[in-house]
Amino acid sequence: MHIVYPAVLSALLFSVGVYGVLARRNAILVLMAVELMLNAVNLNLVAFDVWWRDRLHGGQVLTLFTIVIAAAEIGLGLAIVLLVYRNRSTVDVDELTTLRENTADDTAEPAAEPAETVEAGR
Amino acid sequence: MTGQDVVLVLLGAVALGGGVLCVTTRQIVHAALWLVVAFGGLAGSYLVLTAEFVAWVQVLVYVGAVVVLLLFGIMLTRAPIGPGDGLDSENRWVALVVAVATAALLVTTVILGFGYDRKDVHAGGGSADALGSSLFRTWVLPFEVASVLLLAALVGAIVLSRTDIGPKDGD
Repeated sequence: MHIVYPAVLSALLFSVGVYGVLARRNAILVLMAVELMLNAVNLNLVAFDVWWRDRLHGGQVLTLFTIVIAAAEIGLGLAIVLLVYRNRSTVDVDELTTLRENTADDTAEPAAEPAETVEAGR
Repeated sequence: MTGQDVVLVLLGAVALGGGVLCVTTRQIVHAALWLVVAFGGLAGSYLVLTAEFVAWVQVLVYVGAVVVLLLFGIMLTRAPIGPGDGLDSENRWVALVVAVATAALLVTTVILGFGYDRKDVHAGGGSADALGSSLFRTWVLPFEVASVLLLAALVGAIVLSRTDIGPKDGD
């Protein structure tokens, strides 16, 4: 077995995930791209664990922990996305700009509007 | 190129194709379904790499649980079903440049670093037996910490998604 095939595959999958995180607008699609990146890292861990014949199976056990943490992350992430949807009726990451640093043009934008939408969502 | 390499490359092509279609498709439900293809291809790659226990955990947790959770999220946020142009943001050419640069950097590094190294891989290293005894002997403390982490994430998700609990009006 050549180690370069799984390593290149995981590098390419990671780049696909990077593209998805940066290019997608829907928050759920961004979460899917994050999962792709985590899976690319998992493939690397498994490949090098098998490659070095680790006696403690550190790579594969770490892969199991990554899967557990990814499951926890996706559960919490979706809960946050649903909360944002309930408060703002949108999950477009482009429109969630309340915490954005004000540019020179819109420093006059009042801060009262977001607080009001949070109140309305309760 | 041995038979193992050929199968790995083919499964990798399936996984990569699923991933690319997942991040480029215009229908949000199709993105979740292409994600299943990508995860399935990766599970097959794990099998070829003799990590059979990790492969079945991948199928159970990712294909079985995470994708279903994502589909529930799509339904609950009333995402537009059907083809739509609104899924990509305007900066997607910048994203493409960044992704291609990342890919070029990582692939060059990996190829320069490992080149044509090859070893024979034998089955047995990734069985449930080997992995279980290693997990419950050497890695038992991180295992317990992971269970506490899952419990905390569960409680956090419940607190976040329930509407009838939250800060009092005075807060």
